[in-house]
Amino acid sequence: MNKADNQVIITVSGTDKVGIVAGVSNKLLQHNVNIEDIKQTIMQDNFAMMMLCDISKLEVSFKEFKDSMMALGEELEMEIWVQKKDIFDKMHTV
Amino acid sequence: MTNFNQQQILETIEMVKIHHLDIRTTTLSLSLRDCCTTDTKKTAAKIYDKIIKYASNLVAFASEIENEYSIPIVNKRIALTPISLIGESCDNVDYIYLAQMIDKAGAEVGVDFIGGFSALVDKGFTKGDLRFFEQIPEALATTNKLCSSVNLGTSKAGINMDAVLKTADVIKQTAQMTANADSIGAAKFVCFCNAVTDNPFMAGAFCGVNEAECALNIGVSGPGVVSSAIAQLPKTADFGEVASCIKRMAYKITAAGEVIGRKLAKKLDIPFGIIDLSLAPTPLKGDSVAEIFKAMGLEQAGCHGTTMALAMLNDAVKKGGIMASSYVGGLSGAFIPVSEDAGMIEAATIGSLTIDKLEAMTSVCSVGLDMIAIPGDTPNSTIAGIIADEMAIGMINKKTTAVRIIPVIGKNVGESAEFGGLLGSAPIMKVNNYSSEIFVNRGGRVPAPLHSLNN
Repeated sequence: MNKADNQVIITVSGTDKVGIVAGVSNKLLQHNVNIEDIKQTIMQDNFAMMMLCDISKLEVSFKEFKDSMMALGEELEMEIWVQKKDIFDKMHTV
Repeated sequence: MTNFNQQQILETIEMVKIHHLDIRTTTLSLSLRDCCTTDTKKTAAKIYDKIIKYASNLVAFASEIENEYSIPIVNKRIALTPISLIGESCDNVDYIYLAQMIDKAGAEVGVDFIGGFSALVDKGFTKGDLRFFEQIPEALATTNKLCSSVNLGTSKAGINMDAVLKTADVIKQTAQMTANADSIGAAKFVCFCNAVTDNPFMAGAFCGVNEAECALNIGVSGPGVVSSAIAQLPKTADFGEVASCIKRMAYKITAAGEVIGRKLAKKLDIPFGIIDLSLAPTPLKGDSVAEIFKAMGLEQAGCHGTTMALAMLNDAVKKGGIMASSYVGGLSGAFIPVSEDAGMIEAATIGSLTIDKLEAMTSVCSVGLDMIAIPGDTPNSTIAGIIADEMAIGMINKKTTAVRIIPVIGKNVGESAEFGGLLGSAPIMKVNNYSSEIFVNRGGRVPAPLHSLNN
């Protein structure tokens, strides 16, 4: 698998509260996923965080990893999206 | 460290979540040219086995890729070589049996639709074609996923008017045989002028005789993305700015389709065919081509100015999309099906959109008269007249045109037909009540048009 295949963007959004970054990073640690970059913004009064992650050392399938992130989203009452990164590069640059 | 742009990520998520960006279809185009035998049962078995062999991973792999990118792939489909060509060499061919076995294979591999129950008769019929036409209604009435199409004319050959008349009979009979479900059988049948060989969209997808053994063709969608982008422009933005806005969005939509299509083709270990840059609506609110007209400043789809709006939209979609993919094909443009588009349904219901205006719009849209419900007692000769008009627009303008019309048995103007799912619902539209009977019964072939002295 090449590098692009291993890069995912994790987007977390919802009402700001204590423990979002900790909760998400902890889950990523459990899955052996490396965080390469983090950016935060406020979008329509909502907290939004985007993480660029490397999943090359993931020990479960992509689906299992994503399902567990989705479950975490429900637990934290935040919306979580996990997407391979190359789609953004292709869609938004000529 | 690799960079990423927050705005681009948020925009993409918004496109999917709010404006229904999706990949409408991943269609496996599959040649059946090696399935001809002299026995219907043997041919059916070869077709069945080939479908299972090539398509068994299509649905599972598409779901996997969909999950990786969080962009829905709405339909998974198969397009086969026109069955009239494959069945013809069988003694006493039974096309209904072939249809049922193809449908069974489609169900086995879990696809949504399977197309290619088709014939190409723009210049004339073979004996096999004649038998095929007779058996279309029962084939459609006794299957679920099967879609059928016929090509009745081309700009090179003219229009086969005998076939137009037979097609009107096929439509009516199919409607009658599926009368208990608002004549839904007719929604799975389409006739073309200048049919394309790599179209991934139903009901008209088939694998042309010039196509490779197999390929993956992608149909993208996203009218909601375009209408919301136009709606954000100031009301005074001129047409140059509007066109530019459509092009940008078409680029993004197509690029998403290209990434996903190539990934899936690679995973399936088959060649990537083409991407069809179409804006295909669904009955969901906001996923509508009619909404784009409204965003451009028309009060309703169908009011004066709609044809121009559609012409510009269709052209800008192609211009924007073509930059994002090297292999563009299929029908590419904007679809204007009535029952599958909430805004078109509304416009037809209140009387803003008529069948005559739709006919004018088809001279600039990507296909033709699509998913239009008409009274069930419409004479076959009137249906043939509607088809003839549409074929003429395609033949003269060197474009693909089509008719997918549903005479809803037992229903009349003021009522509505419910097809469900992506096919939606349709108000029964008024047709012209004066007769085309003598005209369409002349039969024969309309001569091919002159390709010079254009005016």
